[in-house]
Amino acid sequence: MTTFEDDRPLLVAEGLTKYYSRQLGCRDASFELYEGEVMAVVGESGSGKSTLLQLLSTQIEPSAGRVLYRMRDGTVRNLWEMTEPERRFLLRTDWGYVHQDPQHGLRMGVSAGGNVGERLMAVGQRNYANIRAVAADWLGRVEIPADRIDDTPRTYSGGMRQRLQIARNLVTAPRLIFMDEPTGGLDVSVQARLLDLLRRIVSEMRIAAIVVTHDLAVARLLSNRIMVMKGGEVIEAGLTDQVLDDPHQPYTQLLVSSILPV
Amino acid sequence: MPALELKDVAKTFTMHLQGGLKLPVLRDVSFAAEPGQCVVLTGPSGAGKSSILKLIYGNYRCDEGAILVRDGEAQIDLATATPRHILAVRRRALGYVTQFLRAVPRVSALDIVAEPLIAEGAAPDEATARAADMLKRFNVPERLWSLPPATFSGGEQQRINLARGLLPDHPILLLDEPTASLDVRNRAVVVDIVRERKARDAAIVAIVHDEQVRDDIADVAVDVTRFATAA
Repeated sequence: MTTFEDDRPLLVAEGLTKYYSRQLGCRDASFELYEGEVMAVVGESGSGKSTLLQLLSTQIEPSAGRVLYRMRDGTVRNLWEMTEPERRFLLRTDWGYVHQDPQHGLRMGVSAGGNVGERLMAVGQRNYANIRAVAADWLGRVEIPADRIDDTPRTYSGGMRQRLQIARNLVTAPRLIFMDEPTGGLDVSVQARLLDLLRRIVSEMRIAAIVVTHDLAVARLLSNRIMVMKGGEVIEAGLTDQVLDDPHQPYTQLLVSSILPV
Repeated sequence: MPALELKDVAKTFTMHLQGGLKLPVLRDVSFAAEPGQCVVLTGPSGAGKSSILKLIYGNYRCDEGAILVRDGEAQIDLATATPRHILAVRRRALGYVTQFLRAVPRVSALDIVAEPLIAEGAAPDEATARAADMLKRFNVPERLWSLPPATFSGGEQQRINLARGLLPDHPILLLDEPTASLDVRNRAVVVDIVRERKARDAAIVAIVHDEQVRDDIADVAVDVTRFATAA
């Protein structure tokens, strides 16, 4: 039986705040994320959810607050006290970042196999046959036909590109993955396939994930925990089914009651 | 120590979209379920029976009082536990079966049933084999097992949901109308399984409208109307 006292959070956000000149991006966001937890960040555009994701993934520097991350060797580091190369190494190996638009997360002129293999080479793998075999295995896991391994993502459909981006991110077995509207812009049937795939892989690999989405159905399906943002602030947080079944804040009640029944 | 104990639990909904209307639904909810015991919640619809189960499982937040769940030698108060603790308690101690299946697109009936076992750490092969046995027990035709249940009939979906919820050997089981749209044969399957689980010391809290089923499984009846707020 697992006990809770001996394990520590993977990531801790403390008072994360970002002002763009005088405009508020995100104020005082604090939370802990543990291994294997999937947390959804929901809210409408302009709510600050994307700013929060960029702060956490060190793409932008906070105006105040800090992010602590437990490295593989057990040491806890403040992300903004690390050197730029250290942060980049983290992002290439221990983290993944799935962009809403796969064109931003893929190299469109490089073959699918190359896109996946590149991340492996970044962590020092040099054996070409091995890299290709691992890449082929990952393409299979995201349901991309083996005979498409040498094609570039330009020739892929939107859904295939997004699955390729996921394979590229997961091939180094990251412990934390950031996803920015991973199903945005995809057809509903393609979304369902992607969601099922993500759900399965994230739970099999016990990856922690932070998923930004405006779609409460996506949050319900993928996440165990949820944070609701409005006007740059986290207004409600908790277990996903608790927040969605028993929302307390007026804005969350409005969001939940605005879902169209099918 | 009871497997599950509620102490002075109260629940009020605040409807912000209706001008902050306060809707008190339950107060002073106190009862316990011992290992091997089946507690049946009774009372007219709207009395708050399902709300009590949702409070225990954590779908509803508990405003006041304590919801104590035995976890090994310790008791955890789910009313104040962190999301992570609630999830862990659910995984190893709490089963919750409702009438409605929340189907996941593209996932087959067999995988839906096996999933909770795999989440608990069972090997996929073994989990799938046990899921298959459970589906057989609930008379779900084998040709349906590989299909996602979104298009199944209401009764079929309910049996898939029962198979999924009843398969893991949780020490506490919450049943919300488990036999609502079942035929006689499958109602008997539910009664058999509940009896087996009681024999293995599970504590069960159930809402059952079917009188025959209630008489077959209940040890204690708790009348929920005494927890109703004077509205």
